[in-house]
This record gives sequence, structure tokens and C-alpha cells, in this order.
Amino acid sequence: MLKYLLWPIALVALLLLPHGLSFSQQEILVFLTINVLLVSTYRLLTLTGEWSLGHVVIMGVGAYASALYTKEFGLFVPVSMLLGGITAALIAILLSFPLFRMKGFYFLIGSFAAGEIIRLLWKRFREPFGGPKGIKGIDPMPDFSIGIYDFDFFEPISYYYFAGTIVILCLWVLWRIEKSPVGLTFHAVHWQDKLAEASGVNLRAYRTLAFAIASGFAGIGGALMAHYVGTINPNSFDVEVMVFVLTWAIVGGTGTFYGPILGCVLLTVLNEIVLREMGFEQLRPLIYGAILIASILFLPNGLESIVQRLTRKEAKS
Amino acid sequence: MIELLAQTCLNAVYAASYISLVAVGLVLIFGVMGVINFAHGELFMAGAYAVVTFYADLHLPFLVAVALGLVFVGCLGLLMERALFRPLRDNPLGGLVASIGFLMILQALAVLGYGVRMEHIPPVTQEVIVFSDKVRLPLSRLFVIIAAVVLLGALWYFLKRTKFGWALRASAQDPEAAELQGISINQTARIAMFIGAGLAGIAGALTAPLVSVNPHMGHSVIVTAFIVIIVGGVGSLEGAVLASVVYAVVHTFVTTFYDGVIADIVGLSLMLLVLIVKPTGLFGSADRA
Repeated sequence: MLKYLLWPIALVALLLLPHGLSFSQQEILVFLTINVLLVSTYRLLTLTGEWSLGHVVIMGVGAYASALYTKEFGLFVPVSMLLGGITAALIAILLSFPLFRMKGFYFLIGSFAAGEIIRLLWKRFREPFGGPKGIKGIDPMPDFSIGIYDFDFFEPISYYYFAGTIVILCLWVLWRIEKSPVGLTFHAVHWQDKLAEASGVNLRAYRTLAFAIASGFAGIGGALMAHYVGTINPNSFDVEVMVFVLTWAIVGGTGTFYGPILGCVLLTVLNEIVLREMGFEQLRPLIYGAILIASILFLPNGLESIVQRLTRKEAKS
Repeated sequence: MIELLAQTCLNAVYAASYISLVAVGLVLIFGVMGVINFAHGELFMAGAYAVVTFYADLHLPFLVAVALGLVFVGCLGLLMERALFRPLRDNPLGGLVASIGFLMILQALAVLGYGVRMEHIPPVTQEVIVFSDKVRLPLSRLFVIIAAVVLLGALWYFLKRTKFGWALRASAQDPEAAELQGISINQTARIAMFIGAGLAGIAGALTAPLVSVNPHMGHSVIVTAFIVIIVGGVGSLEGAVLASVVYAVVHTFVTTFYDGVIADIVGLSLMLLVLIVKPTGLFGSADRA
């Protein structure tokens, strides 16, 4: 009974959430929504056992691609967002040829190098990427109405609803993929790669598939961000952002679907409410670094392990 | 043209000398602890800030400031070993992630202590060795080159000729067998961390008057060091030195004839190429990878 009520209640809560918040908090909520998608796609990537340091740059590929499609070809924004995601997935497939010759630590460094090369290309080529200053004046999402609600994208609330809908859709697809035979194979590729290979699983193909899917959805996330902020540059997707994503995933834990989302939401709340309101914004990297170290030392399985312990105890008693 | 080539070669030698100090430290830490230290660029930065503090602000002699930088950063290394890498010894990815956390802390502390602006450090010496009209070598660059040669020579002697060095290499080759021989793993880890971090610190301290010192300077250093240790073969000290020379020559020449960003791209592509074609590195042996 409770199970069926849970989802509608959560949905209503998500719909009502922005109304109690200030303008800047609503803006943060939009970024949080996009970051939830980003960190969830990162988890899909880690399912096959590889930790990439280029994921944020891949997200940037989606952002740059979508921004350029609207700018150069005048495409309708939602269409170009989708194309941005597809572009990110295609670039990922291209990158998979060199990168998946490597494993573990070498993959980590290789993905880092590939990401840096892409970023330097954005920086170097003023045409079409805009050089170090990036792309400005990206077309915003055009306003529209669905009868009961008028989407006015000058308001963060509207964009929150729009992005939220897309993110929930994407999360649902990611969830379905993970629970499908393909997703189970991803797990097998990570934990039992020899056995999986002996059973006829093409490891390389499945790793590439996971990489492409994760990158595609990350690209959509990047496009959502680009058309909201209106300006992107190579530094929007640098290593520091990657470290934040890594921190969210590690603090939350990557064993469950909700783990990274939990880490992302909690740390964003901590960051925005505690740090910004109290004026400790400058201390942010320090506190993130300390949290990262503390969680890898004392909570190697992430916050999700606490949740699992609590729910298990309830089930027992 | 000949003069331009000569000048570029001199620049490359200078670049190779400080890059190799950083890279050798990174390789040493990886060899003994099995951890890739992402915070190595920030250790370089900490060394540079030691010079800012002791030389530019407190007006101590430059060499004293450099020595203090070496000791300070070496102690940072000891701290990392004890607080991060020892508890995470069984978790190779954990050590790497923890070092990323440490990197952010060091960077934030530098921002808090000194601000994000570039530091101005009075030059140690203005003298320039003039070979010809267009070929000149500032004396302060020569110091860096000499220091690198001396330090790397001393390290080589230490590793190959002293008992400590043998212990260090033994535990890098096979920690379990080394422990059975009565070598303390914790002891060798401490020594390796102190030397490795100290080398990064001294490289940062020596080059501080020659580069722009700011809290984010570590990023390009660590990227360069990664390229060098991958090209040289992770775990090979000689490889790291040779790869530093190769990288410095390529990077300096591309910078001179095209531009800096293209040079960075070429460097990273070189690393990807090596990772694809020969992941053990150009000079590495297969078993250490």
C-alpha cells in the first residue's frame, strides 16, 4: 500500500519544492536536477568497472554540440538537445577505440588525457568553439504552454519543471537499462569478466555500449545546462567539476542506483545551504576534499551502506 | 636558424630538468606505495609557496628558502603517507581518490593564505650567460639544471649503492618478499614519500622565481608529469628521466614553432599513443606495469 503511495507523494513534493525557495535557490535546484542526471550516468559507466576522468568533458561535448546546432543551423532547441546527446555518444564511441585498449589505472589516465585534448581543442579553435571565452548567447528554450501551465523560461521554476521531466525520463530509461539483461551483463563484465567472456559475452562491445549510453545521457545533461545558462566555455567542464562528480559518486556509493543521487543531493544541500548562506563559499574545495578523504577512509561503501543497514534493521524487527 | 635551434635546445634542457625532478618523485611513490599521487602538482605548488614565504616575504637567503621548501614538502609527504596511503594500502583506487581530496585541500589552503593572485618574487639573479646574440641562458635557469643533475645523481647513488636504497627497491619489486627479509614496509614507504614529495617541492621552490606562482599552477605540472611517467613507463625511474627529455624537447619545439596549446595537445596525444601502442611505456619492462 505504502509502496504505491510513495511515488505520487514524491512527485507532488518535487512539484511543490521550488515554491518555497528564493530565486537563487531555484536556480541551484535546476543545476542540482541536471547534476543528478550527470552523476547517475557516471554510475552507469562505473557499472562495468571503469572509472573515467573524462565524463564531464563528454557532458561538455553535448553542451557545445547542442549550442552550435542552434547557433549555426537554427535548429529547434529540444531537437538540438537530443542531437547534442547523440553527438556525445558518437564521440564516446570514437574515443572507446583507443581507451578500451586500457584498463583500470591506465583507463583513468587515458580518459583524463582524452578529455584534456578535447578541452584544449575548444580552447585553441576560435572557429567554431569560441576559444577560451567559449560560446555566448546560446538560444534559450522557447516558451510554450501546455494548457494548465505556461512555461516561461525566464523563470527558473519553469526550467526546473522542464529539466526535471527530462531528467526523470532519462533516469527511468537508465533504470530500465540496468534492470534489463544488458544491464546485468554490465555487472557481469565488472565482477566476473573472465566468466562472462567464457560465456560468449563480448566484453569490449558491452563496455563500449555502457560508455556510449552514459555519454549520451550526460550529453543531454550538458545541453540542458547550456541552454539554461546561455554561455559555456572550456573551463565550465574542467577537472574541478569532474572531481565534484567523483566526490558525489564516492560519498553516495556506486553500488545502488540511488547512491550517487543521494551523494549529489546531500552535498549540494550542504554546499548551498550551509556554505553559501554562512559565507564559507571560499572553503568549498577544502570541505569537499576533506569529505572525499573522510568518506574513502571511513565509509568506503558510501552513504548507501548506511541506508542499507537502516532498512535491513527495520525489515528484521 | 641555428641560433633559434640552439636557444630552443637550451630551453628544452631547462624544462627537462625540473620536469624530471617532479616525474621521478611521482614514479618513486608509485613504485614503493603502488599509488598514483594526484596531489603531486600541488606539492610542487607548496614548494613554490615556501619560497614565496621564506624568500620573498621573510627575506631569507634563496638557498635557505629552497631547503626549507624541501623539508616542508617532504613533511607534507610524510603526512600523506601516514594519514592517507597507509590506511588505504589494500585499496589502490582509494589512495588515488584520497590524493585528489588532499589536492583540493592544499589548493584551498593556498587560496586562503595567499589569495588567487599571482605572486611576485624578486629575481634571485639577473645575470645571463650570453653565448651569442640570440642564444642566452639566464643564470637562474642554469641553477635549476645543475640542481636537477646533482639531485638525480644523488638519488641514483642512494638507490643503487646504499642499504636504504636497496631496501627501497626491494619493497618496490616485491613487498611481501621484502618484508620476509626484515625490511619494514612502513619505513621504506616513509622514505619514498619524503624523497618523492621533497623532489616535487624542491622543483617548485627552484622554479618559483621563473614561473607564475598561483594556487592553480599544480594542474599543468601534474598533467605534464602524467604524460612523462606514462611515456617513460610507470615504475621506471630511468624511463621517467628519458621521457622528461623527450617530452621537453617535443613540447619546447612545438611551442616555439606553433603555440603552447598545440604543444599541450601534441604532448597528450603522445601519451595516448603510447598507452595504445605500448602501455608499459617506451622504456618500461612488462612485469612492472
